[in-house]
Amino acid sequence: MSKFRKNGSKSMPAISTASLPDIVFMLLFFFMVTTVMRETTLFVSVVTPKATEIKKMEKKSLVSYIYIGSPVKRMQSSYGTSARIQLNDAFADVGEIQEFIATEREAKDEKEIPYMTTSLKADETVKMGIITDIKQELRKANALKINYSTRKGKY
Amino acid sequence: MASKRRGLPEINAGSMADIAFLLLIFFLVTTTMDIDTGIARKLPPMPEEDQPEDDSQINARNIYVVLINSSNQLLVEGEMMDISQLRDGAKSFIDNNGIREDLSENPEKAIISLQNDRGTSYKMYIRVQNELAAAYNELRNKAALSKFGERYNDLNKVDQKEIRKIYPQKISEAEPKNIGGNS
Repeated sequence: MSKFRKNGSKSMPAISTASLPDIVFMLLFFFMVTTVMRETTLFVSVVTPKATEIKKMEKKSLVSYIYIGSPVKRMQSSYGTSARIQLNDAFADVGEIQEFIATEREAKDEKEIPYMTTSLKADETVKMGIITDIKQELRKANALKINYSTRKGKY
Repeated sequence: MASKRRGLPEINAGSMADIAFLLLIFFLVTTTMDIDTGIARKLPPMPEEDQPEDDSQINARNIYVVLINSSNQLLVEGEMMDISQLRDGAKSFIDNNGIREDLSENPEKAIISLQNDRGTSYKMYIRVQNELAAAYNELRNKAALSKFGERYNDLNKVDQKEIRKIYPQKISEAEPKNIGGNS
């Protein structure tokens, strides 16, 4: 036993931790680059429906989001429980969508406008009436590329 | 050794790792790695006012009418249908190639007309969209496998285009109507 311990302590010098910061920094930079901070606080609760034939969305910077769902618990006292639309950080009416698309377009390069997509993040309990209204507004605004946000999974 | 140290004492970098760890953990926690997924669709442009609609030239057999009512029931080609049968129904319609009198002449001409009520639930709508997309994807996969020996998604852009030409995804959504009577 004693021989074993002696051997170990003699032939094994402490591992140098000098390169540890480098490794950690490497990881740190990786996460810093890949991090996408959550931009909007959700006022509506959204559980997207499940689907199997889904595609990944490309170019996140070219996507504008429209959230549809019933207001979250703490907002229900002032906004009720019926489905509402959220654009950016506020509740909105259907009529405001065209304006929203216009401001989204202004922020982008002219060349990128045809590639812009509108992602509808709607709760699965929402009725189609409100979705249809939104789609009509998007058609009027000529924002024709849409994406129904869904989760992967079977029913 | 001693002479070297006289000028500037070395800064102890031992705590650098701790600071880096702290930042690392912060970014680890705030990172959201979720990739947005969904069903991509293209809306038709608004009809121009001076342009009259003339869809009368489309043969009725080439249109597969799918209606969803406000209680989420399906009416396909005038008959009630369960959602589980929709995929096969759509597939046999698209891939009919003129065999049956009442189904499409060929996949290129086949159009699926989808109409929903304002009271239809979004979940049901997505399910129907999903089933129709699945029907097309299965047909495209089959064609891709027999033609190129690979699945549709693994093909290169040119080959994918060719397959898309055989099975163009034509899902038309009629102007919304309020059949069910609720908002």
